[in-house]
Amino acid sequence: MYVAVKGGEAAIANAHRLLAEARRGDPGVPDLAVEQIAGQLSLLVDRVMTEGSLYDPGLAALALKQARGDLIEAVFLVRAYRTTLPRFGAGEPVDTGAMRLARRVSATFKDLPGGQVLGPTFDYTHRLLDFALAAGGEVPAAAQAEPEPGPAPRVTDLLAGDGLIEPSPPEEGAPVGDLTREPVDYPADRAVRLQALARGDEGFVLALGYATQRGYGRTHPFVGEVRVGEVEVEFTPEELGFPVPLGRVALTECQMVNQFKGSAAVPPQFTRGYGLAFGQCERKAMAMALVDRALRAEELGEPVASPAQDQEFVLAHCDALQATGFVEHLKLPHYVDFQAELELVRRMRAEHARQGEGQGQAQGQGQGQGQDHLPSVEAVE
Amino acid sequence: MSDEGHRGDARLPGHETDITPSPEPHARTEDLPAEPAPEPGTGYNFAYLDEGTKRMIRRAILKAIAIPGYQVPFASREMPMPYGWGTGGVQVTAAILGRSDVLKVIDQGSDDTTNAVSIRAFFARTAGVAVTTRTAEATVIQTRHRIPERPLAEGQVLVYQVPIPEPLRFLEPRETETRQLHALAEYGLMHVKLYEDIARHGHIATTYAYPVEVAGRYVMDPSPTPKFDNPKMDDCPALQLFGAGREKRIYAVPPHTRVRSLDFEDHPFRVQHFAEPCALCAARGVYLDEVLLDDAGRRMFVCSDTDHCEERRAAGHRGEGA
Repeated sequence: MYVAVKGGEAAIANAHRLLAEARRGDPGVPDLAVEQIAGQLSLLVDRVMTEGSLYDPGLAALALKQARGDLIEAVFLVRAYRTTLPRFGAGEPVDTGAMRLARRVSATFKDLPGGQVLGPTFDYTHRLLDFALAAGGEVPAAAQAEPEPGPAPRVTDLLAGDGLIEPSPPEEGAPVGDLTREPVDYPADRAVRLQALARGDEGFVLALGYATQRGYGRTHPFVGEVRVGEVEVEFTPEELGFPVPLGRVALTECQMVNQFKGSAAVPPQFTRGYGLAFGQCERKAMAMALVDRALRAEELGEPVASPAQDQEFVLAHCDALQATGFVEHLKLPHYVDFQAELELVRRMRAEHARQGEGQGQAQGQGQGQGQDHLPSVEAVE
Repeated sequence: MSDEGHRGDARLPGHETDITPSPEPHARTEDLPAEPAPEPGTGYNFAYLDEGTKRMIRRAILKAIAIPGYQVPFASREMPMPYGWGTGGVQVTAAILGRSDVLKVIDQGSDDTTNAVSIRAFFARTAGVAVTTRTAEATVIQTRHRIPERPLAEGQVLVYQVPIPEPLRFLEPRETETRQLHALAEYGLMHVKLYEDIARHGHIATTYAYPVEVAGRYVMDPSPTPKFDNPKMDDCPALQLFGAGREKRIYAVPPHTRVRSLDFEDHPFRVQHFAEPCALCAARGVYLDEVLLDDAGRRMFVCSDTDHCEERRAAGHRGEGA
């Protein structure tokens, strides 16, 4: 006998206890320390910080542990925490030109002030599984060298000195939009677009950037520079009136140099695409720079014909949390809507069968259909 | 009134109230300098959201009430439950909930479906308000996909969870375009869609989220309630609020407002009627869920509104399957 479904509360509580047990895994294996995640899965932590838009490696590592390594779930935990934090102001713009470099490569110049710094990279590794790692082998110490003396100015600044590239957008002093505090109003300005891309799912942004390379919104990009390292964050408290350092954050910055554009008034010059991410997220920063440039199509007088150039398409769909929430909500009960559709389909099938009979088609078949799908719900429309 | 005007106003500076100077840069939730003290034992403000955010949402709600059926953009927050699972409804409920409120949460008409249980537990934990399953006892009812069978009363608020607030979304995906269409009350697209349904199927093939016109002006998505529930929205004595968290929109139908389901003179709007009564409480003229009993095609129909069904059974009504 059917009884109305009850006991959801107990089922949910029990499911969550089971989840906790599944997360822990084999109790005979030592528990994973948050410090191990932060220290040894640091690129994953960087990605959680970037898409979670909260710089805190410890919290990101905790989120990854709690999420059983599910990246989007970890981003979710960090974002839900971030939303509760009080805002007491915005930092000063960080100076990536003064970055303490861990890595810096330029694809546009063989050598340049500050030099090329390969740093810790997968580039040029042979992707052969290292079975020594599974055996817990020790890692030989890294080679040491003196840092290159002198500053390492951004490649785009070097180009800008000759007027070969469009200047960096002027500092207007106007408050920068924040899509976590205001609904996006289309068309969104570049700052808001960059914020959305920085928070956007790496896979989605990567695919869009890749699409521009294959001709869907082509921008003829060169990597002017990718740099990874630490920058100082400064904040000007109202009561002091001058900036004070808050600490350092690790960043990855990509400056794409794209095809020239000119007009009667302006001689041809290269244009820019910009990408910035927390920690070491080179793939993300590069893809972001490609999509940023593609999204400037309208501003630069190019036809908007591809998804990567369409800001409503990109901004409305790049957020992994929004996407996963809405996709996964299909798991929620939809009995009511489905019942409404069921009723309609049955009615339409019954009508179809009646018409079949009316036209003198095989009566048995028509009846058979009507019998199989006898409308339990009678329509009186 | 021009749509541009709405758009400008809708950028509410609610976030400014959140900027609380603090000497402690890494302030955590525990030492959040919220205006009122955090709820004991939770570490969060009453009903989770901080007061600045609630104020911002209330302003959006007031604007929505002032312009029935108009979608007011609001600075939707990231909530501790997923987008698409009721974050809009939860934010609206959190913004209007007071300590003396009695909250009911339903999903598919039922108080006991998992997401309804989860949201009710969220507010029981963060607001400590009284909760109920009785429609008549509730002051605030948060719902997904149904309007209770028992007529709502003055003083009650029905909060809908909305996935896609834009009724024109599947006819025109661009926000910039749909806003203009609303501003100009240009709803031809929708009428053409309904007409094409009739031309193709003989009748309008929209069974839920059936578009309505509110107060003779804006065409509105009633959320994915079955069209069966549409007539309940018309001249309803309760306040109806709609929250879409992912899409960052709030809209409203004030009490006793005209809500008309779109139709044609020769194809008037009609709701679904079930041939059988509820198998448990024998109710007719209510919306029913179909329950499969075995793999041989046996099925039964029971009330979708579980509270309504239980009340009827308590009053002695018995269906054939009871």
